[in-house]
Amino acid sequence: MNSIEIKKLSLNFGEVVVLKDLNLTIEKGEFLVLLGASGCGKSTLLNCVAGLLDITDGQIFINGKNVTWDEPAQRGIGMVFQSYALYPQMTVKGNLSFGLKNAGLPKEEIEKRVKHASEILQIESLLDRKPAALSGGQRQRVAIGRALVRDVEVFLFDEPLSNLDAKLRTELRVEIKRLHQKLDNTMIYVTHDQIEAMTLADRIAIMRDGLIQQLDTPKKIYSNPVNKYVAGFIGSPSMNFLKGTILQNNKPIFKLEGGWCESPDLSNYIFQESIKAETQVWLGIRPESVVVGGEAENMPVNFSLEVEVFEPMGADTLVWSQIGGQEFRFMIDGNTSVNVGDRVTVGFDPAHASIFDFDNEERL
Amino acid sequence: MNRQTPLSINIGRVMIYLLLVAFALLYLAPLYVMIATSFKDIEEIRSGNLMAPPLSPTFYAWTKAWSSACTGSECEGLAPFFWNSVKIVVPAVSISTIIGAFNGYALAKWRFKGSEFLFGALLFGCFIPFQVILLPMAKLLGSLGLANTVTGLVMVHVIYGVAFTTLFFRNYYVGVPTELVRAARLDGAGFLNTFRYIFLPLSTPIFVVTVIWQFTQIWNDFLFGVVYSGAGTQPITVALNNLVNTSVGGKEYNVDMAAAIIAALPTLVVYVVAGKYFVRGLTAGAVKG
Ligand SMILES: Nc1ncnc2c1ncn2[C@@H]1O[C@H](COP(=O)(O)OP(=O)(O)OP(=O)(O)O)[C@@H](O)[C@H]1O
Ligand SMILES: [Mg+2]
Repeated sequence: MNSIEIKKLSLNFGEVVVLKDLNLTIEKGEFLVLLGASGCGKSTLLNCVAGLLDITDGQIFINGKNVTWDEPAQRGIGMVFQSYALYPQMTVKGNLSFGLKNAGLPKEEIEKRVKHASEILQIESLLDRKPAALSGGQRQRVAIGRALVRDVEVFLFDEPLSNLDAKLRTELRVEIKRLHQKLDNTMIYVTHDQIEAMTLADRIAIMRDGLIQQLDTPKKIYSNPVNKYVAGFIGSPSMNFLKGTILQNNKPIFKLEGGWCESPDLSNYIFQESIKAETQVWLGIRPESVVVGGEAENMPVNFSLEVEVFEPMGADTLVWSQIGGQEFRFMIDGNTSVNVGDRVTVGFDPAHASIFDFDNEERL
Repeated sequence: MNRQTPLSINIGRVMIYLLLVAFALLYLAPLYVMIATSFKDIEEIRSGNLMAPPLSPTFYAWTKAWSSACTGSECEGLAPFFWNSVKIVVPAVSISTIIGAFNGYALAKWRFKGSEFLFGALLFGCFIPFQVILLPMAKLLGSLGLANTVTGLVMVHVIYGVAFTTLFFRNYYVGVPTELVRAARLDGAGFLNTFRYIFLPLSTPIFVVTVIWQFTQIWNDFLFGVVYSGAGTQPITVALNNLVNTSVGGKEYNVDMAAAIIAALPTLVVYVVAGKYFVRGLTAGAVKG
């Protein structure tokens, strides 16, 4: 069953079009992550689902019910705001119970739910404190608690971890995952941190300028990005893009612009559809899919490069280099020693590459 | 590396303090003269020095100013007018502050079509000089049957004050994150409940600022008071003026001084009691806005 269905949603702020004709269906219990650059409309979409912004066009269904014009409190959702938005003059308990009181729930029921939520989030000892007397992580828990007590099936989280330090973020990330597994509710989670997206999501929706570019499992998005934008957005360090032409000569062959004489064989690459000869393309390959040394020589595509800059990152070292005047990055084992000016043989399997049309940047 | 010796620090300090004390004395001198004079009797004022302390302090001037000095034809002192002022100030300050709080909240957090224009228009209201509205307002009060009444004066002060109180509250509330309003909406709180449970508890400083401002403005107002009040509804500022200008026999400076202090006392008290909030509230609004 579908938990959330968004149909042809549009939202304008006056002249500014923020969301246009957006469709999105989320299954019950699914963890969907909205990922995109700043200003692409993630928060706006979340606010539309919550009913905090009046949409320009389209419909929103939650649990099969058309809620397009329902009040936020009536939609059966809980939300965690980017800034937490805890009520500063109320205690933690007051924060948790405010919505329940407004809904007119009996006192015992409110007590029960507050107790339950604070147990799950381990904030029982903080119930009498005001938000100003809490740490960032504790505030974040209270903010989640406020969504939790509502006892709803849909949670909307707007960058809940973005203003925490890196260590705490990692810890709470796991906690959120655990919480989701335990409660099994539908979740829309906004972030612009791709690690968060990859680790938490059942499916990721990559947004750009108010449009969903790709909606897929993290694995699929990582390995089969539908266009160059998605390919470049996901993965760190980001994908190499080599500009060139595909020549058909019994088999597809890649001719790099500005060099590289032995033209590599792309037979292993699965094209979406057969392509015309002499198509200008971007050949994308992730730095972590590139192998070096003896292993590289057995790859369908291999060539040698000169090390220009290297960045040791612990387990791996990222090497910056060039081929035919185009930037190329690859990973080597952190224990291998390299020096600037070394020549290294690198290679990859085109099966792991992504090829995009040069003009419209769509996957080929 | 101590470039300044302790001695030079001391001399600098002493100079600064001397200067400050000198200026403070200069500023306080008129107040001192008023207080001192108000406790002297007429003989002492005529014969003595202006700065000399009262040799045989007496409450004569105070009692007279409060209860029996002549303000025109009646001679009942300032007391009835003091209460007139209270009757004007208390409702005028409360009503204009409450309206301002609601206006400011709505303009800051519940934007609607034309809300910016409305705010601009209100802002413009702050710059309208008193004199411009005197005649039209008199006509309006007349046609409402409120001429020369306390209610009429309260209304004038409320209308005039709302522009300022709205500005204060709006600028303060703009600094409150909009996500709080959203969170409250999601929690099922409407316009009024959000105000009551979330905004009101945050508003002590700005309430204090607004109350002080409005209190001072309205208590010290002379122009509206003199124009719109009748014989029995004059505020204390008007009565003070009449008292000083009415001389039965010789001029009694001690009574004038006591009367002036009585008229000014409430604003002084308000500043002393709530002054620290005034500074705090103003900066809070400024920094956050
Ligand atoms: N009230 C508004 N009026 C006009 N434009 C707005 C308004 N609110 C947001 N926008 C615009 O809508 C676009 C999307 O904003 P939104 O807040 O949804 O971005 P976001 O994806 O959440 O970004 P971030 O990752 O920085 O939070 C932005 O370009 C923003 O400038
Ligand atoms: Mg956002």
